[in-house]
Amino acid sequence: MRVNFTVNGRRQEADDVWEGESLLYVLRERMGLPGSKNACEQGECGSCTVRLDGVPVCSCLVAAGQAEGRDVVTVEGLADYAVERELAAAGAPDDGPEGGVAPDRGGNGHHGTPLDAAKRWQARPGLPSDSLTGEGMPLSPVQQAFIDAGAVQCGFCTPGLLVAADEMLEHNPSPTDADIREALSGNLCRCTGYEKILDAVRLAAARQGEGN
Amino acid sequence: MDFLRPASWEEALAAKAAHPAAVPIAGGTDVMVEINFDHRRPEHLLDLNRVGELSEWEVGDETVRLGASVPYSRVMDSLRAELPGLALASHTVASPQIRNRGGVGGNLGTASPAGDAHPALLAAGAEVEAESVRGSRRIPIDAFYTGVKRNALEPDELIRAVHVKKATGPQQYSKVGTRNAMVIAVCAFGLALHPESRTVRTGIGSAAPTPVRAQAAEEFLNAALEEAGLWDSGAPLPPSVAARFAELASGACNPIDDVRGTAKYRRHAIGVLARRQLGWTWEQYRGAHNLEGAA
Amino acid sequence: MPQQPRVTPTELRQGAGTKGGIGESTLRPDGTLKVTGEFAYASDMWHEDMLWGHTLRSTVAHAEIRSIDTSEALATPGVYAVLTYDDLPTGVTHYGLEVQDTPVLAHGRVRHHGEPVALIAADHPETARRAAAKIRVDYAELPLVTDEASATAPGAPLLHEGRDDHHSGHVPHPNILHRQPIVRGDAAAAAARADVIVSGEYYFGMQDQAFLGPESGLAVPAEDGGVDLYVATQWLHSDLRQIAPVLGLPPEKVRMTLSGVGGAFGGREDLSMQIHGCLLALRTGKPVKIVYNRFESFFGHVHRHPARLWYEHGATRDGKLTHMRCRIVLDGGAYASASPAVVGNAASLSVGPYVVDDVDIEALALYTNNPPCGAMRGFGAVQACFAYEAQMDKVAKALDMDPVEFRQRNAMSQGTIMPTGQSVDSPAPVAELLRRVKARPMPPEQQWTTAGQAPDVRALPGGLSNTTHGEGVVRGVGYAVGIKNVGFSEGFDDYSTARVRIEVIGGEPVAVVHTAMAEVGQGGITVHAQIARTELGVSQVTIIPADTRVGSAGSTSASRQTYMTGGAVKNTCEHVRERVLEMGRRRFGSYHPAWATAELLLEGGKVVTDGGEVLADLVDVLGDEAVDMELEFRHRPTEPFDLRTGQGFGHVQYSFAAHRAVVEVDTELGLVKVVELAVAQDVGKALNPLSVIGQIQGGTTQGLGVAVMEEIIVDPKTARVRNPSFTDYLIPTILDTPTIPVDVLELADDHAPYGLRGIGEAPTLSSTPAVLAAIRQATGLALNRAPVRPEHLTGTGPAA
Repeated sequence: MRVNFTVNGRRQEADDVWEGESLLYVLRERMGLPGSKNACEQGECGSCTVRLDGVPVCSCLVAAGQAEGRDVVTVEGLADYAVERELAAAGAPDDGPEGGVAPDRGGNGHHGTPLDAAKRWQARPGLPSDSLTGEGMPLSPVQQAFIDAGAVQCGFCTPGLLVAADEMLEHNPSPTDADIREALSGNLCRCTGYEKILDAVRLAAARQGEGN
Repeated sequence: MDFLRPASWEEALAAKAAHPAAVPIAGGTDVMVEINFDHRRPEHLLDLNRVGELSEWEVGDETVRLGASVPYSRVMDSLRAELPGLALASHTVASPQIRNRGGVGGNLGTASPAGDAHPALLAAGAEVEAESVRGSRRIPIDAFYTGVKRNALEPDELIRAVHVKKATGPQQYSKVGTRNAMVIAVCAFGLALHPESRTVRTGIGSAAPTPVRAQAAEEFLNAALEEAGLWDSGAPLPPSVAARFAELASGACNPIDDVRGTAKYRRHAIGVLARRQLGWTWEQYRGAHNLEGAA
Repeated sequence: MPQQPRVTPTELRQGAGTKGGIGESTLRPDGTLKVTGEFAYASDMWHEDMLWGHTLRSTVAHAEIRSIDTSEALATPGVYAVLTYDDLPTGVTHYGLEVQDTPVLAHGRVRHHGEPVALIAADHPETARRAAAKIRVDYAELPLVTDEASATAPGAPLLHEGRDDHHSGHVPHPNILHRQPIVRGDAAAAAARADVIVSGEYYFGMQDQAFLGPESGLAVPAEDGGVDLYVATQWLHSDLRQIAPVLGLPPEKVRMTLSGVGGAFGGREDLSMQIHGCLLALRTGKPVKIVYNRFESFFGHVHRHPARLWYEHGATRDGKLTHMRCRIVLDGGAYASASPAVVGNAASLSVGPYVVDDVDIEALALYTNNPPCGAMRGFGAVQACFAYEAQMDKVAKALDMDPVEFRQRNAMSQGTIMPTGQSVDSPAPVAELLRRVKARPMPPEQQWTTAGQAPDVRALPGGLSNTTHGEGVVRGVGYAVGIKNVGFSEGFDDYSTARVRIEVIGGEPVAVVHTAMAEVGQGGITVHAQIARTELGVSQVTIIPADTRVGSAGSTSASRQTYMTGGAVKNTCEHVRERVLEMGRRRFGSYHPAWATAELLLEGGKVVTDGGEVLADLVDVLGDEAVDMELEFRHRPTEPFDLRTGQGFGHVQYSFAAHRAVVEVDTELGLVKVVELAVAQDVGKALNPLSVIGQIQGGTTQGLGVAVMEEIIVDPKTARVRNPSFTDYLIPTILDTPTIPVDVLELADDHAPYGLRGIGEAPTLSSTPAVLAAIRQATGLALNRAPVRPEHLTGTGPAA
């Protein structure tokens, strides 16, 4: 079957989708957006968390056909989403995330990941690097906080955690530790013991509070 | 496999009538796992996401009509006063992501003894609104669960809503799992006090082939409360009553040993939860009652 | 370009700043990619015209395969190949880390549930699954071997007949894979001096690594008849050594590149899809991607050995241990994997970080029809630590002594002689680590209460499930300390290779570091860049992705990579620096006498004297030349343990951590909330403090998991795995994990690069027994197994 929906502000279409495919599979294998991760495919790890019409869900449990006509934000679109949210909050003329433009992170609309995109992160000699990790990619505050706080090890849980944490901070800008733990209790991490993840969310909240 | 996408409830009923073996999918919590892991290959998937009314609820005088697909997160946030037991149960469902998509209709459709909503529905008192092209009917929750993962639905029927009695007294819900979040019930217990009818109702999950009520325990407690005039006096509950109630609740279990826990543990834990919840709800009832009396 | 697959990050670049050397918490060079979803893990790769590989696995644990009929599967539209044992291209049909006993595909017999039987390549994963369902395998079930009794019973079926591996000569039974006794002093005579003797039997459950990134890889057939393999692994060269002979290809025609690895913890030490993917790619002439799902992942890698341990300790009234006797039986499952090394660790570390002169130790691994077990974080030492720490509490109790004080009285220190006769020749601050965790302030009581508010169930046992509002909740506190070896032991030629190049690019000196080290999340690449900065005085460092174009880096396991590949980077950098200084002397030596007389360093892009005087800019020294060297680095040699006495200089370094666990137990429901897990660990030198703490907290949490929830449950009647899913194999969520304060000591080991100590595993050891000790204190129960489940705490368990 054919499926159409919006991902990170860009219309996408997938053809020859097997009816049993999940939204996760379509994102990863047909739209070149493998950022959402395939760790358990049974809703027990949160690694595939995306926002479906704004709501965090496990994309492994959404049938591809159920996404028809809907709006999906993945980790690849998180930075743009954060920018649009700020613009919207600042009252800038913007039609919100749904109509936003995600110039670079929308996938290629067809099978797989474009190879040049896969190498986008390659060393870019001559590019000024003012941080030890920066390659000039724009990051949302929560993404930057995960790097700064050491919340990333193998990184496989990271995309799902970022989507979940970003959504929590959207409606709860000053969470308690218990709030953070509850909001992230659907996201397993096997490397960090979660302490640095808590640090990262606290850091993002604090920076958000300072108006950064 | 065909993917059916009805745009309205009528279209959904027609599709189900045309393909009685079609598997309805809404939140996907159960169905997608079965598909992802090759446990199920239905000929038709019947997507209910487009039927907007299934995600709506209405608060009536005596009941809440809860659309089959109202996400657990909405029940938690918006129906805590009307359906406190179900709201507590909703909070124990899987993870925030699952609670954002899953609804009571899925629990009822799957009818797994481990479904988190069942004990709360049994305790509150509820009716399942089932419908087919042949017509609509209300199935009392006590008659809904017919066997392990079997329910009273006809092949051409879909669950449209569940009508849950609004709380008139305290309700509680607890689930035992071996993890502090995102865990399937080893066993679960729900208790609702119904001061208006001077009855209590219970629900037990994961401790019998189907969700069940602890009827002997309810009858005992109803009688004990009546006999001692406790509904009126708002006096503390004698510990012996709580102990006997717990024992009878435990006795209502017919559990098995499995990877999640032993039968013996399930019986034990249901007893502990019954006793604790009776304490919590009765204290809450007394507090409200005595406050009322004072006023 | 179009034919090139998406590969793992190449040339990660850390740049800028004149700082960023060792000792600083520099940030991960792959961090940005990982937070934007751009980092390419093994399962993310995609290739034009790619097929999907699928593995058909045995549904029974032990059976003769009478026949396999693949005809219907092959006839399925969209299926490109179906392979069985008969299709293997060479006579090399088995592989293994040490003992080559594992069939690439089952040959006439399966020995465990989930063993690979056939492979399918198809145009869609669903096509492959449907085809797999059409393969008819006729199994005739065989009697099962599931434990020591059934393995060594008269007439027991032999897992591997006609064994000729190098352990077969010294084992008492062919179903015993390896056995290591250690005898030192006279345990019987010492026992006679004991005022108290305490014994106990313990059981440690089968734990899964549960890394989040499932086994995956992409095999691309090459025009030269070889294959390019992009895969998530822990040791590229070990894989290569096992893959190439099966394919009948020379090693240079099997080109391996590390793709993004979603955690490992030992579970990627053995092969999973590597050979299978290559076989399908070479057969079909098309790229083949294999991605296990979570169910298959439970069968796709080995697990932590379940162990039965019997211990006896004696002590004098004044609290000194007299002797220790123990017997450790590890279930290795159907194939050898890393079992021999696990036996060596379990035996040699069985006494723990204590001084005991008179010991009688036996450790062995069985062959059974249970799932194969092998490497997992802390192997061998983890199981032993669980038992000896339970024993320490028991002995202390028998002596009516504080358990921490008792441990401190018997704690080893630098100079202690291990049961193997090896002297501990670097700091061993065991008593100090215990002192530190004990001295920490206790977390406040009843954290779930706030005046005037309902209890916060998130801070209570049961968490969101609302099982208690404080009823039945009892606090307990427990302590434990452990010892782990670092690096490969027992005479293994353990080395690592690093290639380092320095040249001027864009007017700036840049170092390029290339190793085959598997970055599995631990942060090795971060540290490599720091080392290069420190040694070469540059700010720009480029990390080339790991592949087999450079020499072996050894495995990312045994807490060894910072020591070994970090050591290799340091060593190569030092040689590169010497070469650079020679160039400087040739070019500029005549301008300043210090070139000939002073100790010279590279700092901030300049050649400086140890007094800080600048002699030249690196840019000028290098000009348009590059210095490029690839060198191997070895730790000092070790020796095998004597097969009868266990004596020998077996380990290169030891690592120590101590924990204090504070738990709250709902004693009626048997539910546990760990409130705090404080750690103290000696790391020798923290090259990257942020990463060090991350490792310690992560390891601690894996230990917590196996204390209270994690266990692969194997049905003893069928030897089938009963819970291969994340629904029923539970790992801790953020609500199960407490605050983990970390106290880091840095006491240098003079034998190691920068004095560092391998850190990854030690925190996994003592975490589990500390939690168990705390639960014992809260409940008063003996609790001789991990994990402890609610039924064990409520007396509602099944027998055994």
